Amino acid sequence: MLETLHPVLVNLRHNKRMARVTELTVNGSRRHVDADPDRPLLSVLRDDLDLTGAKYGCGEGQCAACTVLIDGTPTKSCITKVGAVAGKRIVTIEGLAAEGKLHPVQEAFLEADAMQCGWCTPGMILGAVGLLQHNPHPTEADIVSSMNGHICRCGTYSRVVHAVQMAAAKGGRA
Amino acid sequence: MNRRDFFAVLGGGVVVMLVDDDVYAQETGGGRGGPRPQQPQNLNAWLHIGETGIVTVYSGKVEVGQNARTSLTQAVAEELHVPIASINMILADTDLTPYDMGTVGSMTTPQMWPVIRRAAAAARETLIDLASQKWVVERSTIQIADGKVTAGSRSAGFGELAHGEKLTRTIPANVALPPADEWKIAGTSLPKVNARDIVTGAHKYTYDMKAPGMLHAKVLHLPSFGAALVSLDSRAAEAIPGVKVVHDGDFVGVTAPDARTAENAVVALKADWKPLVAEASSKDVYAYFKKNSRDPVDSTGLTAYTVAYIAHVPLEPRSALARWDGDQLTVWTGSQRPFGVRSELAQEFHIPEDNVRVIVPDTGSGYGGKHNGEAAYEAARLAKATGKPIKRDWTREEEMTWAYFRPGGLIEVGGKLNPDGTLAEWEMHNYNSGPSALQTPYEVPRKKEQMHQSKSPLRQGSYRGLAGTANHFARESYMDELAHSAGIDPLEFRLKNARNERLRAVIQAAADKFGWQDRKKTPGRGFGISGGFEKGSYVANCAEMSVVNGAVKVVRVVGAFECGAIVNPEHLRNQVEGAIAMGIGGALFEHIDFADNQILTDRLSRYRVPRFADMPRIESVLLDRKDLPSAGAGETPIMGLAPAIGNAIFDATGQRIRSLPMVPNKLPGADSSPPAY
Repeated sequence: MLETLHPVLVNLRHNKRMARVTELTVNGSRRHVDADPDRPLLSVLRDDLDLTGAKYGCGEGQCAACTVLIDGTPTKSCITKVGAVAGKRIVTIEGLAAEGKLHPVQEAFLEADAMQCGWCTPGMILGAVGLLQHNPHPTEADIVSSMNGHICRCGTYSRVVHAVQMAAAKGGRA
Repeated sequence: MNRRDFFAVLGGGVVVMLVDDDVYAQETGGGRGGPRPQQPQNLNAWLHIGETGIVTVYSGKVEVGQNARTSLTQAVAEELHVPIASINMILADTDLTPYDMGTVGSMTTPQMWPVIRRAAAAARETLIDLASQKWVVERSTIQIADGKVTAGSRSAGFGELAHGEKLTRTIPANVALPPADEWKIAGTSLPKVNARDIVTGAHKYTYDMKAPGMLHAKVLHLPSFGAALVSLDSRAAEAIPGVKVVHDGDFVGVTAPDARTAENAVVALKADWKPLVAEASSKDVYAYFKKNSRDPVDSTGLTAYTVAYIAHVPLEPRSALARWDGDQLTVWTGSQRPFGVRSELAQEFHIPEDNVRVIVPDTGSGYGGKHNGEAAYEAARLAKATGKPIKRDWTREEEMTWAYFRPGGLIEVGGKLNPDGTLAEWEMHNYNSGPSALQTPYEVPRKKEQMHQSKSPLRQGSYRGLAGTANHFARESYMDELAHSAGIDPLEFRLKNARNERLRAVIQAAADKFGWQDRKKTPGRGFGISGGFEKGSYVANCAEMSVVNGAVKVVRVVGAFECGAIVNPEHLRNQVEGAIAMGIGGALFEHIDFADNQILTDRLSRYRVPRFADMPRIESVLLDRKDLPSAGAGETPIMGLAPAIGNAIFDATGQRIRSLPMVPNKLPGADSSPPAY
């Protein structure tokens, strides 16, 4: 019977047999979801949890606008299946400013005017937060190589580098 | 919004409406014979002072990252003497804001900015009138500062004065304004007013929007441009729970409760289609332009330059949310022309423009690439068919295939010098890419400059700087060729031929900052310079290139820019430096590959855009001419980069590259061999 169905329907039936993801730990809270495990994390965050700070830019891991932190590591959520992050700590841009106090990296982006249209900014900030957690005093070359997966089409790259340097100088791991 | 609506919507207070008969007179109207807007076309700034003291300003401009929201806020604060936090800027809502032809052509600063200033100045005078009447004091004794009106011992906030009023003032546009050297708020680096919402992820772009009960939509694209749908089998798609298929002529759309199901449904559609025979590919398109143009000229004695089609790649793809309430349509979409989209929708659905409301949330960039309402139309059509709000988000692949492109072009240039190195003759022909900046800013006694319209095999349209980049590339590269043929230093050659003081000033400023005279040539290093003018502003670039074993790297770029009196130095610097960063892509590697009516560079893994690692050291020099009106800055700073880079590559290697991109790289899935001409 299955063979006579369109491949999409086969796929749909197949998914129904896999364990669904019912809970995610996002920004310090347990959130109920009901998602096919092979859905992109980005889609679950944006569509199911209305955490739209993570942006779609390409869907193939080329622009990093969808970056979130998974157990502290910057991760492209458009190419990460939600089934792979169940039980892990997910931090989105909405969870970075705890109780309204901006993270030092957010402050540095404001101070350096490191944005234009802002579509890439949440991903850039989370990428920088991850970098500084791992390397609190990056050189300019470290920043460039670590952030090179992020695209800013408006061309604010040098300002982003400056922002990361400022955040590092102020101990941006806070 | 009609005059009386202001008070119904906003409560009492004071409304100032600015009337300007000149600025947009020739740009108004529904276009293409569509229904005419009912409201007066010559109102182009509205400002309301509410009973709470909040100043609400209405402009049809859109915010796409160029910081118009901030600069227009500065205009209000400058004239009305009110704290920034009390200013609420309503942009780009066709029901609320005055008609505007679009956020295009770097016109916000030269046109809208002074209009908003005049509205704010008129509002200030109106408050003084009110205080004078209420307090029975002479106008000359009244002062306004920091959101308060004061006369002797009496003082009131704007809200107190506006309380209980329903006063409307119509003000002519020629209100006098103080000169730039007296500015207090304008001319300073006010930070981006909504930056906190950006860094916290709180700002909702169109792509982020939702509505209760909304469905997600996808549209069937046939595999190649111009293909005709012969038949459609939608049974498999319709068998998916929750899916509805709308098939009407060539339009096939699907809706579903979630985006993934909609995607699955569109994949399940089985279409029979007939391709259109392709007329050109990216390999032969330049000869095609000339062959299909009006009045092509004999190329003898002319040097040919080519520019490839490129993509805007706005990081937020096209998106729309549409909702019908009876015969009233509301659409949120990221377009640079909200009133143009309103016209498009009114025509498509045969309803008056007053029945259509288009709202543009601050948008994830445009660069001239979001002038139309494709997503808005698709969402509205499917919303009408389903009776539900519809969200239509384009994917990156759709954005890079079915949006329009910056035109490709063939440019032929020739020139002759007098024995002293001054230009004697100049000739330049642009085939297809456009007339922007086709006129040389240098002094030439005999010149011929001609735009030749052509057929374009791809859908093409506006782009940051339009053809200014293409024409600057050809002109400033050829100027370099002439300088070298005459044995004159490229800087000296430009200054010798430039009489315009503003042009000379930017060229000199760039050269000084760069250290042009002291540059040291070493193997594998080269230096290039360019200058130019467009849209009321002047630009010059110096570039240092490294070329080692064929690997090309931009090492350093200086950009000098002059656009009259500077409105916001930090945001201007951000624009100038951002334009240089973006311009590196079009100069070195961005290009659309197409064949058989298909786009081969249809995703970011197949279309390289500039990244962190591509960045040179970028320095900008801003010349502040407080004696001149402010011009826009979103476009011209990108125009001089490619020729400065090309001239530096020539300096390093002796190789003159006459095609953009100059160093296309090879990427999987894309044939990146340089175009043959």
